[in-house]
Amino acid sequence: MPDAAIDPAQFRREICEWIIANCPEGLRDQPMSEDSIVWGGRRWTFRDDDQRIWLDRAIAKGLTAPRWPTEYGGGGMTREQEKILREEMSRLGAPPPLESFGLWMLGPALMAFGNETQKAQHLPPITRGEIRWCQGYSEPGAGSDLANVQTRAEDMGDHYLVNGQKVWTSYADRADWIFALVRTDRDAPKHKGISFLLMDMETPGITTRPIRLISGKSPFCETFFDNVKVPKENLVGEVNRGWDIAKYLLTHEREMIGGGARGLLGGRSLGAFLDGLDDNVLSDPVIRAEAMAAEVDTLAFAMTMERYKDHAEAGGGVGNASAMLKYYGTELNKRRYELLMSAAGSGALEWDGAHGALAPEWLRTKANSIEGGTSEVMLDIIAKRVLELPSA
Amino acid sequence: MTSLLDTEEEVMLRDAARGFLDSAAPVSALRTNRDAGRPHDPGLWREMAQMGWAGVLIPEPLGGADMGHRAAGILAQEMGVTLTASPFLSSAVIAATALRSAASDRANDALSHIAAGDETYALAIDEAAKHAPEQCALRAEPAGNGYRLSGSKTFVADGASATRVLVLARTGGIPGEAAGLSLFDIDTDRAGLTRARLDTVDARDHARLEFNGVEATGDDLLGETDNAMHLLRPALDAGQAALAAELTGLATGVTDMTLGYLKERRQFDRTIGSFQALQHRAAHLWAEIEVTASAIANAGRVLDETPDDATLAVSLAKARATHTANLAVREGVQMHGGIGMTDDHDAGFYMKRARVGAEWLGDYGYHAARVAAARGF
Repeated sequence: MPDAAIDPAQFRREICEWIIANCPEGLRDQPMSEDSIVWGGRRWTFRDDDQRIWLDRAIAKGLTAPRWPTEYGGGGMTREQEKILREEMSRLGAPPPLESFGLWMLGPALMAFGNETQKAQHLPPITRGEIRWCQGYSEPGAGSDLANVQTRAEDMGDHYLVNGQKVWTSYADRADWIFALVRTDRDAPKHKGISFLLMDMETPGITTRPIRLISGKSPFCETFFDNVKVPKENLVGEVNRGWDIAKYLLTHEREMIGGGARGLLGGRSLGAFLDGLDDNVLSDPVIRAEAMAAEVDTLAFAMTMERYKDHAEAGGGVGNASAMLKYYGTELNKRRYELLMSAAGSGALEWDGAHGALAPEWLRTKANSIEGGTSEVMLDIIAKRVLELPSA
Repeated sequence: MTSLLDTEEEVMLRDAARGFLDSAAPVSALRTNRDAGRPHDPGLWREMAQMGWAGVLIPEPLGGADMGHRAAGILAQEMGVTLTASPFLSSAVIAATALRSAASDRANDALSHIAAGDETYALAIDEAAKHAPEQCALRAEPAGNGYRLSGSKTFVADGASATRVLVLARTGGIPGEAAGLSLFDIDTDRAGLTRARLDTVDARDHARLEFNGVEATGDDLLGETDNAMHLLRPALDAGQAALAAELTGLATGVTDMTLGYLKERRQFDRTIGSFQALQHRAAHLWAEIEVTASAIANAGRVLDETPDDATLAVSLAKARATHTANLAVREGVQMHGGIGMTDDHDAGFYMKRARVGAEWLGDYGYHAARVAAARGF
């Protein structure tokens, strides 16, 4: 565990040396693609040995979850140290050793709301990439109106009996466990009868069906629950108080989708991409003007993400302002991809052409402003909770 | 890079500035000045000087408060909220930065006068409708031991009221070249210099200056001959960052006014702020202001920490602020409806100042192009 008081410059030197010594050459400076991401899980197969070696070494060093406590397999780093780690990895072209919904979402939720047994059971396998989690929130009748979830969990005395359907469950067909919002009180007002439940996807009665999207990919599934028996200790926090956890996680998710949207800040750089095109598209005044404006807004948005992270770190939280980050980041990302597509012209129209997977990436960005709450819902949240404009 | 959040000292400075400006320089003061044909209130500037604002970028031994560019940005931002007119940007930010970079006895003497509030400066650079320092054609011909300046400058902020002016003049090269430019520091009473205040929409002091063989001594030359950019670059960076901060404050000011109106005005038996069509526009505007505020804070930090490498941060701030202030005033007037079109209402003042601020020291295109160049395309 790194000493919190360690000199930042020394920390940077050490982490830089460690990355150079431990991240396999074959992984460095590679373009981001679907198969470059390591999600982990019971059924995971690595693309190559480099990915496995890099993950094993990162686990040993606690780098899969840099800020989690070391007792749960984390790195015990301060926010500043994590920032330095991120900067150095990006500078040296080292990819994240592991990405997962467990790291991004369930882990933080368990640390805030889970009991000691749940933390000890679930956090370490997440950091080691052994268990892959998916999120069961949306339902056919609960999209933007998420609190309308109807999937029921009946208290049968020694277990819960779960029946219902989820939709837009990311990678449910490849996940080992699911964290889901279920209705435990049908008579209470809709926000007050929801609980947060963990389920092993191998439990009898759970089935999944992938949904094919406009991008040709199937990152989302329908998930069905048919008389699924779930141990009562798998309920996180208090019964009927699951909406608190859902809101906490949605805030988290919005910040992540807003800023982390792959290709926005960590992925393709607009200038570098445009520069690499065969024809000098930047001599087109319309594309040039749009590219300049997009670059201005991207840089300012990146600073805004940093400012809000600093604010959250200083104890101020981000709260409802996360709706702004989600709204702005996703709309900006869509704009950037529209621009990349028009700059690349017909060269971008093949599914896997001269610019790699640009077309599916472009189509994928269209979901950014829908998943995790639509842009319109984000604007509603800002208007009502931040600007305190009146309800109708 | 240090945090973009305000430090405790900065929060205190912001609160103190807000308190002072709300009582001493509300928007109604701008109306009073305009109706009296007065570009700003000299008494207000004396008070600001006493509080150390005139010397915000001037070293303490010269009577300044030396608080740095982030602090100057905070003051400019708060002035923007209530559209406070003063020589702050021209004198305390732009001229002070140029003079400080010159680092001569004479420049130090000038700095102490700015800090004390008894000299105010204007920067005379542009000669046509768009900001383009290197297009300067005004000539400084050698004459005896000094120079003779001939040519004209336009859109000189604070040019009619300033007691001194920094003039960009060509001592070599041709218009379009950054080399061959020199900066002169002269008093505005000098023979051959005529000043005509322009009747601009923002009711502030902008002037056209005619130089007909104005004599300048070698002593009046600030810095080295043919190398004005050495002083002008940091001065423009500082001015552009502070102007961007002012425009961001302006956007906040007009948006607060608009939100207040949305919560109070009733039509169709409901408060108009309950209409989703207006709520979403207000929320989008707020998001734009938040994003711009980050670029403003960043520009101040970069100018304080790595001033030689500030072009990207400064142009990013000015581009964003120009765009955001423009959006805020357009939405402000539209959402106020008919009342927003009247001279009795303050919304129009914000719109007019935003338009002037958009042009001064480089418009959106000028700064966006600099951002793109700094980013390699």
